[in-house]
Amino acid sequence: MTPAIAPAALAPRQDRRAQWLLIGLAVALTLFIVVVPLVYIFWRALSEGFAVFAQNIMAPDTLHAIWLTSVVAVITLPVNLAIGIAAAWLIARFTFPGRKALLTLIELPFSISPIIAGVCYLLLYGRQGLLGPVLAAGDVKILFALPGIILVTLFVTSPFVAREVLPLMQAQGSEQEQAALTLGASGWQIFRRVTLPNIRWALLYGAVLATARAVGEFGAVSVVSGAIRGQTNTLPLQIELLFNDLNIVGAFAAASTLTLIALVVLVLKTVLEGRTR
Amino acid sequence: MSLVISHLARRFGATAVLRGIQLEVGKGELVALLGPSGSGKTTLLRIIAGLDWPDAGGLSFDGTDWLGKSAAERRIGFVFQHYALFPHMTVRDNIAFGLTVLPRAQRPGKAQIAATVDGLLRFLQIDGLSDRYPAELSGGQRQRVALGRAMAIEPRVLLLDEPFGALDAQVRRDLRRWLRGVHDSAGTTTIFVTHDQEEAFELADRVVVMNGGVVEQIGHPDEIYDHPATPFVARFLGLTVEVPVAMRAGRAQAAGLDLAALPRRALPDGPATLFLRPADIQPVPDPAAPFRVTETATTGALLRLVAESEAGCRIEAEVPRREARGLSVGQPVGLRIVAGQIFPGGAPSAAAPTDASRPLKEARP
Repeated sequence: MTPAIAPAALAPRQDRRAQWLLIGLAVALTLFIVVVPLVYIFWRALSEGFAVFAQNIMAPDTLHAIWLTSVVAVITLPVNLAIGIAAAWLIARFTFPGRKALLTLIELPFSISPIIAGVCYLLLYGRQGLLGPVLAAGDVKILFALPGIILVTLFVTSPFVAREVLPLMQAQGSEQEQAALTLGASGWQIFRRVTLPNIRWALLYGAVLATARAVGEFGAVSVVSGAIRGQTNTLPLQIELLFNDLNIVGAFAAASTLTLIALVVLVLKTVLEGRTR
Repeated sequence: MSLVISHLARRFGATAVLRGIQLEVGKGELVALLGPSGSGKTTLLRIIAGLDWPDAGGLSFDGTDWLGKSAAERRIGFVFQHYALFPHMTVRDNIAFGLTVLPRAQRPGKAQIAATVDGLLRFLQIDGLSDRYPAELSGGQRQRVALGRAMAIEPRVLLLDEPFGALDAQVRRDLRRWLRGVHDSAGTTTIFVTHDQEEAFELADRVVVMNGGVVEQIGHPDEIYDHPATPFVARFLGLTVEVPVAMRAGRAQAAGLDLAALPRRALPDGPATLFLRPADIQPVPDPAAPFRVTETATTGALLRLVAESEAGCRIEAEVPRREARGLSVGQPVGLRIVAGQIFPGGAPSAAAPTDASRPLKEARP
């Protein structure tokens, strides 16, 4: 960064070469690590013309993957919001034995590789798993079906909302809520009219991050979904499948959809960041 | 008596914050809880509000037990030290909050709420600010809005936690007079917490001095100022000079001190400690006196000086500078005592002023 105010004329002359070298290096790295791959996705997706691109997107399996991913995102979002608010509120407003442990537990999914989460679910709910016989007896299908995909996605995305909301609630303290209490507000009124408006931007920011992750999750989902074409294939899994099929345009077309979602999320996130800080 | 507090005790872990508080507050009274930080005054206020609960003791209002009631049921107005205004609501919505959360059956109509808020805005002299947000207000304006929000529910008791703590000196003085006016015309029973004795004395009908979780003294400001009941109150109110004296037939005696102005006290003969304000000590040049001026410093209006005797007694005095001719270092002086408070028992050096009372000792010269 160049300083906002130009150095005075009599200031000692600096060597500009080091400056330009560092800036050039940063630009080159950004280009090759971030920009080129992004542009390349769209370039390859559209390399055989828009008609082929559209045809690939409209392929039934890809369309189904897009739909399935949307369903997963739509179902996990409200659950994540509820869990995140409840956890943040509990930890920010109360002291109880095990508070630290709960805090660690909430952040656990961040430190565990998603594939491990998938394997855990496999061992728990699978046919030879701990709960397998019970589930089979009740004819409940969790693995290689929508419930399994939603469960692992929840596992992976659960920390996001709490992680955003908790520091804000801790910083704001509970005085406003106490004031509302002395003014006669009920618990629900306090939450809806005082707590929620104060955390709304952090909440939205957390929701955006969680949704982005839910849409893009690959590792954990790949273990539990079984990747059945047109049935349990989410968009990231579909991309891999198309790629393995050597359907390059199809893979890149699906990838461009996912990238587009990611870019929208990125813009949303940047806008929200300005509001929360 | 409308508010009766009896034997109230509260501990946080191993610390006893309140140890048997007894206090009665009459209808329409303006009472100050005065004490250093850690004296338990804010905890007491929060218990009255229903934001905290005692471990033992009683709290009743007009004969009804308040410990069985929630904060909302008690209908108190609480003004927080940092106001705790709702940042996402305008001044108008902040003040109306308590009315809009009432159950539907009791809730006034929109027009009536608006009229109530308008009335309060005028009453609190902030009618131009109704559409602003708290972030757009000065500290003094926020204080008024916080008070308006608390008063909108027509509270039975108004509770204020360090109401002027976050304001600068000039605004503090203005708001103090303004609050006294508000109280006099609204007539709400009011209890406020402060660590500033000037604030407590100027504003309150009665002052409750607290220390270490107990009430040290309750009384009219003048009464407490002239007759501090305990050594703590004496030190806290600026009687920072402590001199060992001997009591004989109800009169205090000490070498080099002229104590004739002090009234006779019903204390047994023997050692005692005289507590003095530096301004109540008049040094008089006297070649035969045992004291000698050893230090002087001026504040412009006042001359502060230290007089020491050969016996090691060190006394700080304060005189108007223009009347202090001839009081230079080395001058032998006698000390005429205008007013002071005597407590039985010696060893004043062990009872040096506490840190908590230090910043306050000049609050009222």
